Amino acid sequence: MSAVIEGHHDDHHHHGPAKGISRWLFTTNHKDIGSLYLWFSFIMLFIGGAMAMVIRAELFEPGSQIVSPEFYNQMVTNHGLIMVFGVIMPAFVGFANWLVPMQIGAPDMALPRLNNLSFWILPAAFGVLIATFFMEGGAPNFGWTFYAPLSTEYAPPTVTYFIFAVHIMGASSIMGSINVITTILNMRAPGMTLMKMPLFVWTWLITAYLLIAVMPVLAGAVTMMLMDIHFGTSFFKAGGGGDPVLFQHVFWFFGHPEVYIMILPAFGIVSHIIETFSRKPIFGYESMVYAIASIALLSFVVWAHHMFTVGMPIAGELFFMYSTMLIAIPTGVKVFNWLSTMFKGSLTFETPMLFAIAFVALFTIGGLSGIMLAIAPADFQYHDTYFVVAHFHYVLVPGALFSIIAGVYYWLPKWTGYMYDESMGKTHFWLSFVSVNLTFFPMHFVGLAGMPRRIPDYAMQFADYNMIVSVGAFLFGLSQLLFLYVVLKAIFYGKKATGQVWEGAKGLEWTLDSPPAYHTFETPPNLESGEAKA
Amino acid sequence: MSSESSYYVPDSSKLPIFMAFGLLLFVLGAGGTINDLGKESSNSYLLLMASFAVIWGVMFVWFSNVISENNQKLYSDQLNRSFVHGMAWFIFSEVMFFFAFFLALGYVRLFAVPWLGGDGEKGITNILWPAFESTWPVMETPDSENFPGAYKNMNIPGISKLHTWLPFWNTLCLVTSSGTIALAESALKKGNRTSFKSWMVVTISLGFIFVFLQGLEYYEAYAHMGLTLGAGIYGTTFFLLTGFHGFHVCLGAIILTIMTIRGFNGAFSEHDHFGLAAGSWYWHFVDVVWILLVLVVYVF
Repeated sequence: MSAVIEGHHDDHHHHGPAKGISRWLFTTNHKDIGSLYLWFSFIMLFIGGAMAMVIRAELFEPGSQIVSPEFYNQMVTNHGLIMVFGVIMPAFVGFANWLVPMQIGAPDMALPRLNNLSFWILPAAFGVLIATFFMEGGAPNFGWTFYAPLSTEYAPPTVTYFIFAVHIMGASSIMGSINVITTILNMRAPGMTLMKMPLFVWTWLITAYLLIAVMPVLAGAVTMMLMDIHFGTSFFKAGGGGDPVLFQHVFWFFGHPEVYIMILPAFGIVSHIIETFSRKPIFGYESMVYAIASIALLSFVVWAHHMFTVGMPIAGELFFMYSTMLIAIPTGVKVFNWLSTMFKGSLTFETPMLFAIAFVALFTIGGLSGIMLAIAPADFQYHDTYFVVAHFHYVLVPGALFSIIAGVYYWLPKWTGYMYDESMGKTHFWLSFVSVNLTFFPMHFVGLAGMPRRIPDYAMQFADYNMIVSVGAFLFGLSQLLFLYVVLKAIFYGKKATGQVWEGAKGLEWTLDSPPAYHTFETPPNLESGEAKA
Repeated sequence: MSSESSYYVPDSSKLPIFMAFGLLLFVLGAGGTINDLGKESSNSYLLLMASFAVIWGVMFVWFSNVISENNQKLYSDQLNRSFVHGMAWFIFSEVMFFFAFFLALGYVRLFAVPWLGGDGEKGITNILWPAFESTWPVMETPDSENFPGAYKNMNIPGISKLHTWLPFWNTLCLVTSSGTIALAESALKKGNRTSFKSWMVVTISLGFIFVFLQGLEYYEAYAHMGLTLGAGIYGTTFFLLTGFHGFHVCLGAIILTIMTIRGFNGAFSEHDHFGLAAGSWYWHFVDVVWILLVLVVYVF
């Protein structure tokens, strides 16, 4: 190595962030990009949340209340799209960006410029999606699952923009996942074998694999839509020999792994928090890894459980019913491992731990209603009712979203160097915990009683429960404003945090300062002592 | 190959956000252009053209930067392995994109079309078009007013007439070119640059011949066989599968052309030629897709 090269190398490494806005626009730093993802997700949470508030205001009382049915459909559709693709997924990618390099002892993500591109596609895609509200025909109105022919023959003209926005969103996810998977497989510090990796890294390795496998299938699905709408093909038109049900198969082949994409990183986050505040290593590390891997593999063969009522041969119904139920086994393993980790631990209940415990309890409720929905004959009753809405909101709100909130409280002192206000955090937790159940639990009852989903009006007998749900939803929405306040208060007025932050926290990221230097682990840490294991 | 020991983390870069901007223009331009198809006054296509200019321009500068960083020996072996992983997973994502279309073909052939013809336990499925008979290829569609099926299909005409069948020549071109690019790569690894360059030229020529023959086939389909995008599910799956494959052949051929030009300009060494290797993997991938495609679209 010549001295000249050495000098050049130094130019590129030992410096802090650029000044002003260009730091964020042009950055190649995994910590900056992680923050961008997390703030983007936070902003989208309030946009998607505002749409949920419109929905709940409309459903506060029976009858047509404040918005037209057409606008209601647009709200339902964009609430779903934004929450799935604009909040939960980017938030987890933000966590991956911040944590994966620090947890495996890598200097940065493997492909830093690609990393920046993956992020900046998102504002472009969601900018277009939100702009469709102001275009002729209004925003997409066919539900976040965009079933044909609602999304083809009967769609507003803005569906074309929606299709291309999904395309670049998918490109962003694929590039981001290639980056994560390459980082994990190629950039672990010497001595960190796969079975010594922290569980969050494991969950992201498998999530990234799922994303690379299914985002292209989503691209295929929207491409078929585009061809059917504008170029006369007949993928989803029975008159030409195609089949609208084909859309559902292609969509759910993407959609079911997508569901696990939105929960696997949550498993990783919750595992870290529970072991830290139980002051015990995670119970059954190996079984956790195998459980994640089996959930991911099974996710490819369960998709048609979303379609039991659409008309399938009985053999198909049975196959998809049993394969879906199998998923309860690895998921159960994880839940029992979390409980066993807490068993006889020296528990303390700081805000992250409260959210993590709520995650375990409430996600399990969502999981159990999932098993009910998996029973094909029973699903004929539940299908397209609020029971389904209750089920997937239980896994996504007190599931995925609670894990994100828990993770933010847990790592915020590490990221920013400042502690949040513990009593305000706890207030935020109890408000969220009560209101989330107030919002989603009664949906089980109205669903079982037959209230259909995605309809802006309902029969009189559902009025009381719906009013309770709406009150809960408004309270939950307001509680998240408190969350924003707690985060901002920590950043601007928080007490200085130590490097260790939490007494029981283990892992490489806690060996760094709070906040960590702009570039960390430029020379990989020595792990031969076995310290790195989660 | 570099002797650099630490992982090169590039400085902040303006390229990614320009690329994201190019993609934004693409969404607006493509959406506008397609929505305005048939309208005289539309100028969305200008936006689309601008997006291509931005995207290709950024790619040119981006790849130039990577090449020059590599020439400055900034890349460690570990970083080169990142490129290998990245390309492998990118090809996997492309495999899954094609999987969606193969899945669609499989579903219509195994389930949708037979059900429309009244097969299976859902005996009422032919209630809309009782006269429809299930065959593959679907020459007569259920609703033949809106989807006038093709009157000839692309299936293999029998071994004796193989030489009149374009896909046969296409298969020959593509399979041969997979061999010639392997020869080019091994010539480069042995340091035989003349042989490397000649095999590259042969490979891209075969690639462009394939694209030309595919164009000829499409012309035949439209002009003499009634086989169009609007001809029902057979035309739909035929054109989308072969079309996306052809598009990928074009991309592969462009990649290899650039690699050939770089080869003539003295780029690549025996041990350091990742750009070429990646292009070659892509080319093999395109070849494998074609073989699958010939089997399920043309033969069986």
